[in-house]
Amino acid sequence: MTPPALSPLQASEQTAQETSAGISLPFDPLLTLAVIGLGICSALTLKVATAGTIPGDPHYFFKRQIVYLIVGFLAMLGVSRLDYGWLRRFQRPIYALLILSILAVLALGSETLGSTRSISLPGFSFQSSEIGKLLLIVFLSGFVVDRARRLRDRDTTIKVLALALVPTILVFKEPDIGSGLVFIAIALTILFVAGVPWRHIAAILLLGVIALTIVLAVAPALGVHLLQKYEVERLTGFLNPTAHVENKLVYQELQSKIAIGAGRQTGMAGVGSSEFGLVPERETDFIFASLSVARGFVGAAFVLSLYALMIWRGLRILSMAKDLYGSLIAGGVVAMLMFQVFVNVGVTIGILPITGITLPLMSYGGSSVLSTMLAVGLLQSIYLRARSTEAMKGRVLRW
Amino acid sequence: MTGLEPARPPESRVPVSPQMAWRVAVIGTLALVMFGIIFFRLWYLQILTGNHYLAEATSQKLRPLTVAAPRGEILARGGQTLVSSQTTAVVRIVPSKLPESVEGQLLAYGKVVKAVEKRSEPIEEEIKALQARLDGTGVSHTRAQRKQVHRERGELATLKRRLAKASALTVPRLSSSHRRLWSLFQRLGTLLKIRPQKIDEEVIQDVYQTRYAPVVIDSAVGQGPRTVLYERKREFPGVEEGPVATRTYPHGEMAAQVFGYVSAITGEELGSKVLKGVPAGTEVGQDGLELSYDSELRGTPGKKEIEVNPLGEPVGSVAKEVQPKPGYDLKTTIDLPLQIEAEEAFRKEIAAAQGRGRVADGGGFVAMDPLDGAVYAMGSYPSYDPSFFTKPFTPSAYQALTASQPYGVTGGEPLLNRAISGEYPTGSTFKPITAMGALEAGVITPGESFGTGHCVFEAEDKFCNSGHTDYGDRDLVEALEVSSDTYFFEVGQRANARGPVIQKMAHELGIGDRTGIDLPDELKGVVPESKWLRKLNEAEASCTRRKHGKPCGYVAEPGHEWTFGDNMNLAVGQGDLLTNPLQMAVAYSTLVDAYRNDGRGWRPTPHLGMQIDNSNGELVRVLKFPHAKRNVDLNPTYLDYVFEGIHDATVGAEGTSSDVWAGWNQAQHKTYGKTGTAEHLGQTEQAWYMCYIESETRPIVIAVTMEQGGFGDEAAAPIARLIASQWFHQKKKLVTGSSADA
Repeated sequence: MTPPALSPLQASEQTAQETSAGISLPFDPLLTLAVIGLGICSALTLKVATAGTIPGDPHYFFKRQIVYLIVGFLAMLGVSRLDYGWLRRFQRPIYALLILSILAVLALGSETLGSTRSISLPGFSFQSSEIGKLLLIVFLSGFVVDRARRLRDRDTTIKVLALALVPTILVFKEPDIGSGLVFIAIALTILFVAGVPWRHIAAILLLGVIALTIVLAVAPALGVHLLQKYEVERLTGFLNPTAHVENKLVYQELQSKIAIGAGRQTGMAGVGSSEFGLVPERETDFIFASLSVARGFVGAAFVLSLYALMIWRGLRILSMAKDLYGSLIAGGVVAMLMFQVFVNVGVTIGILPITGITLPLMSYGGSSVLSTMLAVGLLQSIYLRARSTEAMKGRVLRW
Repeated sequence: MTGLEPARPPESRVPVSPQMAWRVAVIGTLALVMFGIIFFRLWYLQILTGNHYLAEATSQKLRPLTVAAPRGEILARGGQTLVSSQTTAVVRIVPSKLPESVEGQLLAYGKVVKAVEKRSEPIEEEIKALQARLDGTGVSHTRAQRKQVHRERGELATLKRRLAKASALTVPRLSSSHRRLWSLFQRLGTLLKIRPQKIDEEVIQDVYQTRYAPVVIDSAVGQGPRTVLYERKREFPGVEEGPVATRTYPHGEMAAQVFGYVSAITGEELGSKVLKGVPAGTEVGQDGLELSYDSELRGTPGKKEIEVNPLGEPVGSVAKEVQPKPGYDLKTTIDLPLQIEAEEAFRKEIAAAQGRGRVADGGGFVAMDPLDGAVYAMGSYPSYDPSFFTKPFTPSAYQALTASQPYGVTGGEPLLNRAISGEYPTGSTFKPITAMGALEAGVITPGESFGTGHCVFEAEDKFCNSGHTDYGDRDLVEALEVSSDTYFFEVGQRANARGPVIQKMAHELGIGDRTGIDLPDELKGVVPESKWLRKLNEAEASCTRRKHGKPCGYVAEPGHEWTFGDNMNLAVGQGDLLTNPLQMAVAYSTLVDAYRNDGRGWRPTPHLGMQIDNSNGELVRVLKFPHAKRNVDLNPTYLDYVFEGIHDATVGAEGTSSDVWAGWNQAQHKTYGKTGTAEHLGQTEQAWYMCYIESETRPIVIAVTMEQGGFGDEAAAPIARLIASQWFHQKKKLVTGSSADA
């Protein structure tokens, strides 16, 4: 597991040679197809769901999202040309950037619905926890690779967890529970893929369950309320939403569920935009509800299939990566995508509590689109490196 | 999701250990399960129970909303727009939707207001008392009296300063626990370039005033901040942006006090009888015509039922709609070209007077139809831009508009309509009234000549002509022409023996009485007489007893009884007389009506309203203003003498305003005019001019006064001449008179 000696430039030259050799496309075609498909679905959904929301600019969200998607796609192509191994040289700067960007938001950020998640820049508000997910993936992967020979040590697991918990606690403070949970999922998955002992994983899960029980059940029973009433409602309200309608977030979830149901088989995109009035946050966290009400079960299933395709390709790239570093990054990206898709869709269909997580590539927003595209770019880079290694060894891999 | 099988031979991939393959399989399975759950749930929601949700989605609750009615316009008699409305983009804060309650800060502010009231009340009372005492002081005083007045004026100024200090309202700071609210104000402030502290103060002050009606934070907001507010709605809870109709004033400061202004209905008004049922947040008239004709202009708000979710947020389209009924337009009697000319003339003359070294910082004018009371033009100086009230403003800016001036300081108080709410002595413009009173009572006869000498000496006081001129003995007509004070002092002295005969005439003509004009805040004024003084003395005495010997200020000299000296001062429009240009215009109009009708004259009710039109410009109703009940029955011969006198004053060789009317076509439109120069202790004189210009079809009475303007023919008469020139389409000429009349 020596760090690669090639510079990114050399790496891209090599890839280009390989392409000209006609062996394969310079990227994973299925993964790319899924990304393009999701981008188109996002744009189309925003177009019908937000038409006329901004006075004087009927296609405001649509137009801006297209720009984000194109910029993101180009960024993805650019990253796929980089040798991901090059990133290992910047372990400390990456972690520092991760922590500092979150601290910057806490210090300078602007508030949204009672939480501070982004820094307002001219014409754009930057949500650092989005790009933070990616930074965490790259950093933890490098950290685990450095300790590859001591993976069975309890020490390694604890250190990885501790390093992941620092940014997690910071984003919890914003409060951005959703991103914090994604951070934890990423850390767990990287540990899991790296091969830490099962008992470590089991112990972590057990600790998590105990902590939750204390916060939600034991502490209140003892008269200590660690969470505000509305926060508890938010966490448990989805189980019986009609009883907690006065809680805004629980109510949003209920509305989203109604809207999705009302979409039925093929949706009502042609009926008129008034149905979108049901959908809260229709361009961001609840875009899946917008999609479902517009295109019905057919549209929702199609988009879900594209996500399944992405995750499958992610896992595939994980297993074909030429080194552990690549596998771990791929594992982290897959964890991020899976967790976000499952939790976001789970919230809109009313089976999970509201956490405020964006749907990768679908939700409107530059930070989210860009960081997802960069993550996919890393997958592409791992894929390319793996393929070129195989090619040099004279082996042909099925994709 | 094939291709994840751990069974696939891993030997081709160097890094993939069997253990890792295993784990990848676990993740893959997790993904499978996850997608399975989602697909099943979606299938359940959309396919199995979709119809149920569709029904639920369409049965949203309805909520009624009020739709503001567009306010009617105020038009000139020719139909030109004087006050209109236009839609502008504003940013408002809806207090009830803010992320944190402002209740605590509001309570604290309420305490501050109470404390300030408590603090400033005694000072205010002291000021009132002192003011009344000073205002009640006539012209002539002994040296000691003059000294006392000067001392009291100094005292008053000190008191006013103390009051200003005591009544400064500061909004208590937002408590540091309201971090979310503060951060919201900060973000909004950055966006709109307003200090967050100011936003908070505005919210608190407005909410305190208007009880949770939306608070306009910024008007005329650009598209940029509006888009940001719209796109990032959830970053700005409780902040709304949208179009709101605001008043526009195409003629700026012109007749601002006459039109008045509108503002959101206050908490106090919400409970009032007049405005019962008017929804909160409605703009209602606060002053001037906007207030007098508020019910006509306001219109009836419409109703809209919109679909809302159980949180009360609008979610869908409009279900039911009752269109608002726009307010009616008010067509006024104001003649726009005349009004414009009058304002311009007034401003020009103010500048000219200031050029002559006068203070000349206030005044008012009225031009009206003497027969039916229609006011053609009315103005007050200084004025203000009424669009001030369409934008958010600071309390200090508002105070600057409304703060009353210390005694002895003219100018200021731009909200005050001096034409109807000024309280002034009139100087010699009062002489025709004195003359009619004295003639009718038989105190004097028209042919009798008297009044020689520069001064009349009575007891320890002396009463002099302006500039100590000696006019010699004059008869009534000549005395009016040259404006001989010594003549009228003697009239006042003689009349005093016969009781309040001048006062009776003044009251009959409408002085010291509200004219009944269709404007709010008209002041009554004072025509002093012995009974009035006695009453004040009694009030002062009982008040002094209550206050254990401290003077209350009802009268300048407690215990001073009415003397002929007071009557002599009144005879020349000085002393305790307090009236305003409109009352004088009504008095002259009544004389004119009597003069034209063999002595029988009606006292007209001055008015600005002419008719009510609907928003399509169709007539709804003609406004009627019947004459005041009282009419006068005067001796036509006496009237002839008086009118001859004031005609000669405009044309005669010695006429006080002959210079000003030089070149006027007397054959076509005969002029009658009287200058006046009211004295105020320690100040430049207040210029007055009253005139009547004859015409078969459109006679006009004009009243002009300028505070600290100097002599009447110098500062006031030229304005009247310009107004008259505009009215009769004669050549406009600014002629400054030169006679030094008192």
